[in-house]
Amino acid sequence: MSDTGSSTSSQHPRLELKGITKAYPGVLANDHIDLKVLPGEIHALLGENGAGKSTLVKIIYGALKADAGTIRWNGNLIDIANPHAARKLGIGMIFQHFSLFEAMTVTENIALSMPGRQNMAKLSKRIVEISENYGLPLQPNRHVHTLSVGEKQRIEIVRCLLQNPKLLIMDEPTSVLTPQEADKMFLTLRRLSEEGVSILYISHKLDEIKALCHKATILRGGKYISECDPTVETAKSLAEMMIGTDLKAPKHDNTKERGQVRLKVHNLNMDSNDQFGVNLNLINFEVRSGEILGIAGVAGNGQVELLEALSGEALCKIPEAILFENKPIGDLGPSQRRKQGIAFVPEDRLGHGSVPEMSLVENAFLSAYGQKQLISNGFIDTKKTKQFAKEIVENFDVRTSGVSHAANSLSGGNLQKFIVGREMLQDPQLIIIAHPTWGVDAGAAASIHQAIIDLAAKGTAVLVVSQDLDELFAISNRMAVIAEGRLSVGRSVQELSIEEIGLLMGGTSKSDSQKEFESVA
Amino acid sequence: MTGYEWIIPVILTVITAATPLVFAGIGELVTEKSGVLNLGIEGMMLVGAVTAFVTATVTGNYFLAVIAAAGAGAFMAFLFGILTLSLMANQVATGLALTLFGVGISALIGQDFVGQPVQAIPKVDIAGLSDLPVVGQILFGQDPLVYLSFIMAIGVSWFLYKTKAGLILRAVGDSHDSAHSIGYSVVTIRYLAVMFGGAMSGIGGAYLSLIYTPMWAENMTSGRGWIALALIVFATWKPSLVIVGAYMFGGITILQLHAQAAGFDVPSQILSMLPYVATIVVLVIISKDESRIRKHAPACIGKIFHPAS
Repeated sequence: MSDTGSSTSSQHPRLELKGITKAYPGVLANDHIDLKVLPGEIHALLGENGAGKSTLVKIIYGALKADAGTIRWNGNLIDIANPHAARKLGIGMIFQHFSLFEAMTVTENIALSMPGRQNMAKLSKRIVEISENYGLPLQPNRHVHTLSVGEKQRIEIVRCLLQNPKLLIMDEPTSVLTPQEADKMFLTLRRLSEEGVSILYISHKLDEIKALCHKATILRGGKYISECDPTVETAKSLAEMMIGTDLKAPKHDNTKERGQVRLKVHNLNMDSNDQFGVNLNLINFEVRSGEILGIAGVAGNGQVELLEALSGEALCKIPEAILFENKPIGDLGPSQRRKQGIAFVPEDRLGHGSVPEMSLVENAFLSAYGQKQLISNGFIDTKKTKQFAKEIVENFDVRTSGVSHAANSLSGGNLQKFIVGREMLQDPQLIIIAHPTWGVDAGAAASIHQAIIDLAAKGTAVLVVSQDLDELFAISNRMAVIAEGRLSVGRSVQELSIEEIGLLMGGTSKSDSQKEFESVA
Repeated sequence: MTGYEWIIPVILTVITAATPLVFAGIGELVTEKSGVLNLGIEGMMLVGAVTAFVTATVTGNYFLAVIAAAGAGAFMAFLFGILTLSLMANQVATGLALTLFGVGISALIGQDFVGQPVQAIPKVDIAGLSDLPVVGQILFGQDPLVYLSFIMAIGVSWFLYKTKAGLILRAVGDSHDSAHSIGYSVVTIRYLAVMFGGAMSGIGGAYLSLIYTPMWAENMTSGRGWIALALIVFATWKPSLVIVGAYMFGGITILQLHAQAAGFDVPSQILSMLPYVATIVVLVIISKDESRIRKHAPACIGKIFHPAS
C-alpha cells in the first residue's frame, strides 16, 4: 500500500470479516472466522471438505445469513441481505456448480442476473465486447446446453464482469477445466487483479494456489487457523495446515510384474441414449491383474457412457466387445457381472452407488449379497450383513453414529468411503471406480488412494476413471485419455507429462493428439 | 343453399368447443413453464364452472360471474401451492387430489342448481361489421370470452418471450437451483404462476357453464381438463400451438356430433371417443421428436424445490 493512495479503497481492505459465526443444527459451520481481502488481491480460501468455506462465501454473497460477526466493505459496516444486494455492492460469484439455464441462450442467461430491463441486442453487443476484451470468446446466441464446460464457465465469468465487480468469488473454478483452459483463465484473473479487482479463490489444487494467489486463509473444522503467503509455502505444508496432521503420499511399487489380462475391451461402439450424451467410438483397452489403469478426461467426453457399458447398465450389441477373463460379458446385466467377481464404484453416489433412503446395512447388502453370501435359505442374514457393514465402517473410517442410519444422512465424503469400502471388501477380481475421491478431503483421499494401491498389490485389476490428474498420476500404472467418445492408447505414467495429457484432453483439434486417437482404431 | 351457409354454424360451434381448452391450456402452460405440474385442471375448471353459474344465477351479472370463477380457480390453485410449494408435497399426487376435491366440492355447491337454465352470455354485436357475410359473424360476432382467450394467448406469448419477468419465469422452470442462487424467489414466482393457471382454468370452466351449455351439471367438464394438460405437451409448451391443438380438439368434437346426427353406422360411443383419441394420437406422433420436447419442456417440471443449502 503506497502512501500516495488517497481513495478509501487503498486505506481499507476491500472486504473484512470479523468473528463470522454460523451454526446449523448439530454443527458449527463457521466459528468466529476472520478474513481480510485487499483491493487487487487474489486471496485463497483453503480447507478440507466441511471446513466451512462454502458457508463463508455464501454469507459474503448474501445467500446465507451469519448468526454473529461483522462484515466491512471498503471500511464501512454493511449488511448483505441477499445476492442482489451483494451484486449491487460489486460482489460477483462463480459457483462450482454453474448457475446456468441450459435451455436458454447465453444472452438470456446473462440478462437474468442483470438488474432492471435489458435491451437484448445491446446486451449481446456488450457480451461480445467484454468477452473479447478479456480473452473469453462467447457467442451470445448459442443455447447453453450446446456449450462445453469451459465455455459455460466463461458465461459465468462474463456475467460477473458485466457488473464491474470489485470482488470476485470463485468456488473451485478449475475443477472442470483442462490444464490449458485453466491457464487461460489464470491470465484473465491476473489481469483483473491488476485492474484492482479482488478475487477470493477456493480450490483444492494447491499448486494452482501457489502459482496464482497472493495470500491464503486456512480454515479447519469451521475455525480460522492462519493466514499465510502461499508463494513461500510448499504444497505439502499447505495441505498439512489444512488437515492439521502430516500427509502421507501413497506408496507405490511400479516395478512389479503384471499378471494376466483380466478385462479386455475390443472395438467397443455404443450410441448414447442421452441426447446431449457422447457416443463411444471404437474403444480398446485392457487391464491386467495387479495393474491400475487411469482414464482421464474432461467430464462429458464419454465417461458416463463408458462406465455404463462396463457396469452393464447399458448392454453391448456384441457380447465379445467386453471380455472378462476371456469370457464375453458385453450382454450381461450388472448383477451377473458382479457374480463373476467384478465390483463397481459408480460416479453418482446417491442413486447409483447407494439407495439414499436405505440404511447402511441395507446398502451393504444390495451389492454384496452374492460375494459375501449374505442370504441364508432365501432370507437376508441380518446378523452377517450388519457385521459386514460394521467392517466397512471400521476399515474405511466412515464417520457415522451407527450402521442403521440412512445413506443420505452421511456427508458426501463419508458415503464415498463407505461405497468404496463396500466394493473393495468383496475381494473383486476387477474393480471399476469412477471418481474415487470426488468431494473427499485430502486426508480421506490419501487413505482411499492407499487402499486402491493395496488392492491392486493383492492382484486385483483396477480401472479408475477420474478428472483429477494429480490423483491419476499418483495411483495409476498406465493412463489413457477419453475425449469425444474415443480413448487414447494407454501409456505408462512414467513416460507421460501433464502437458501431454492436457493436450489429449483438449480433444481432437491438435494434429498430434489426432494421431494418438487414430492409432487406436 | 349457396354452399357455405352450413359451414358458419359449424365454425361457430367449433369456436365454443375450443375456447375452454384455450383458457385452461394457456393457464397450465404458464404454470408448467415455471416448473410446476398441476394435474388439478379438471377440478379447478369444475369449481370455476359452478362458481360462475351460481354467481350468474344469483346476481345476473356475467362480468362478476367470470371474475368469481377466476377467483375460485386461483383459490384452488393457491391451496395446491400451499401443499406443493410451501409444504413440499408431491405434485402429481396433490394435483390428482385437487381434481377429486374439485369434482366433489363443485357437485356440493351446485346441488340446488342442477337443471336450472341460465341465459348464455350474449355475443357482441358491432353495428355493420357483425352483419358482414361469413366473416362478420365469425370474426366480429363472438362472445367477449372468445376474444379474451385470444388476447390471453397472445399476451402470454409476449410475456414469456419478450419480457424480463417472463424470462425469469422460464428460468425458474429451467433450473430452480440456478434461479435461487442468482437470487430469485423461486417459491413466490411459482405461487404467482400456479394461481394464474388456476384463474385461467376457472374462466375455462365458466365458459362451459355460461356459454357452451348454459347450465350446470355435475362433472360437466367431462375430461377437458386432462385434454388441456395433454395439449400442452402436444404443443411443446408453445402458446400458439396450444390454440391450434384446442381448435383441433374442438373441431373433431363438433364433427363427430354432426356425424352422429347424420346417423353414421358407427356406435355413438366410438364417435364420442374420437376427439380424445385423435388428440392423443397426434400428441404421441409429435412427442416422438424428443429433441423438440427437450428443448422447450421446462427441465424442472414436477420437481420439488428445497431452498436449503
